[in-house]
Amino acid sequence: MERLTTELCGITLDNPVIPASGTFGYGYEFAELYDINLLGTFSFKGTTRDPRFGNPTPRIAECPGGMLNAVGLQNPGVEKVIREELPKLKKVFHKPVMANISGFSVEDYVETASRLDQQEQVGWLEINISCPNVHGGGMSFGTDPAQAYEVIHAVKANTQKPLIAKLSPNVTDIAAIARSCEKAGADAISLINTILGMRIDLNRRRPLLANQTGGLSGPAVFPVAVRMVYQTAKAVSIPVIGMGGITTAEDVIEMMMAGAVAVEVGAANLVDPYACKTIIEQLPEVMDRYHIDSLRDIIGIAGKE
Amino acid sequence: MKQKRLKIESNRSLNETVYEMKLSGICGAAIRPGQFVNLKLDGLFLRRPISVCDAEGDLLTLVYRTVGKGTDQMSRMKTGEVIDTLLELGNGYDLSAAGKQPLLLGGGVGVPPLYALAKNLIESGKEVTAILGFNTASDVFYENEFRTLGAKVIVTTADGSYGTKGFVTDAMPETSSFFYACGPMPMLKAVYHKTNGLGQFSLEERMGCGFGACMGCSILTRNGTKRVCKEGPVFYKEDLAWND
Repeated sequence: MERLTTELCGITLDNPVIPASGTFGYGYEFAELYDINLLGTFSFKGTTRDPRFGNPTPRIAECPGGMLNAVGLQNPGVEKVIREELPKLKKVFHKPVMANISGFSVEDYVETASRLDQQEQVGWLEINISCPNVHGGGMSFGTDPAQAYEVIHAVKANTQKPLIAKLSPNVTDIAAIARSCEKAGADAISLINTILGMRIDLNRRRPLLANQTGGLSGPAVFPVAVRMVYQTAKAVSIPVIGMGGITTAEDVIEMMMAGAVAVEVGAANLVDPYACKTIIEQLPEVMDRYHIDSLRDIIGIAGKE
Repeated sequence: MKQKRLKIESNRSLNETVYEMKLSGICGAAIRPGQFVNLKLDGLFLRRPISVCDAEGDLLTLVYRTVGKGTDQMSRMKTGEVIDTLLELGNGYDLSAAGKQPLLLGGGVGVPPLYALAKNLIESGKEVTAILGFNTASDVFYENEFRTLGAKVIVTTADGSYGTKGFVTDAMPETSSFFYACGPMPMLKAVYHKTNGLGQFSLEERMGCGFGACMGCSILTRNGTKRVCKEGPVFYKEDLAWND
């Protein structure tokens, strides 16, 4: 349906709905339930150079309107992803997929990104400089404009595919970080990653998560995400992918009005495995209700004079 | 995995903190002993994973203990209410490994998932011994249900107020063809260290999705990283590397 299409760095998406990294695995669990080719695309589980077990459990906690996670980038490492996961994925997903990449040094990011850059199935490289659940990497790159520049610049110099910088909301001035990424060569920005949070177990009198802190996601963060997408879209001229707490077709429209060309859906997938399918199916009807002919018409409309 | 809207047919207390809920609408789902379901409850963001006690015809039986907001809310739900449920989750027990005289070891709310297992094993002609462990006499539930199935039942209580005094490990026979254990971690580890026999353990972990997408419940095994919700919750003894 033409009215749902959107453009992401030269690739046309059938619709703007993209399951977010870490909430969709490699898609297999969802492919058992529905044809995942109806998605715009999806961002697969964050990949690092070496295999990672991640953090000890408990890794998950609940809160009103959302959840905390401290998974800690569990993944089999880039070589196994290329050797085992991508061939398996090829059987169930036939569109360009988004590769999400994390690291602990600039070299890590470059190495992992350049390996995934060579994979035909990969359409975009989403560079996660915003993971709050690992130490000595991840978010530390995304909370300082100079470090963000360094990582994005180095990855860009060694890859061909469109580069998306995934940003952390745990900063005071998101516009400064976003501009820095744009200057470094990023082709798009995606945000927000999770907001750093904590819960305490009253019985044990200790933090509920083994990692002590975790990333907050779910509907609770949606207004923060809308605000930051709005600010980022105003600050840069590259496309912005909006995410954070999206659960309905209305949320998608709101995020696009704030300035997003596409959206990622995260925590909603964990509660309702059909969430993305339902959102896509409901979009036309909700667009009719708000007199929207084509989604492309509303991108950033809330911020226009 | 299947998603269904199940209707509560009954919801009654078995003792002060343990409840039995029967839900209809599972027709068409293939549920194996040891699997679990994931319930969407009003006002709570994450689903609540609950092990399957029994699945027969159109009827699903869940036996749960009130340990927090979710299970407390469940205990107050009424007949006729509908729950959005994900079914067929997890791997379930390996029934083919049972041998002639399988031993079932359950502690507290680890007892319910062994019920469907006992039923299946007895139906296939096995001589089942079930050791059901509780803290005290007033905690005991499902003793008669297991007997009615035809299992040899031994009940233990930690304080000796009913049955054999002690833990399930104190009542374990010398030999069994295979064991299946479900209960709190200290009990599982005691079983693990006490027996040389072959068997399976059913584990519990805090979950995000319950169907393998979020990596929230991963554990390290001898054969690499496994998701308790997907490759588990049942693991062979030889896969687990418990040193403590």
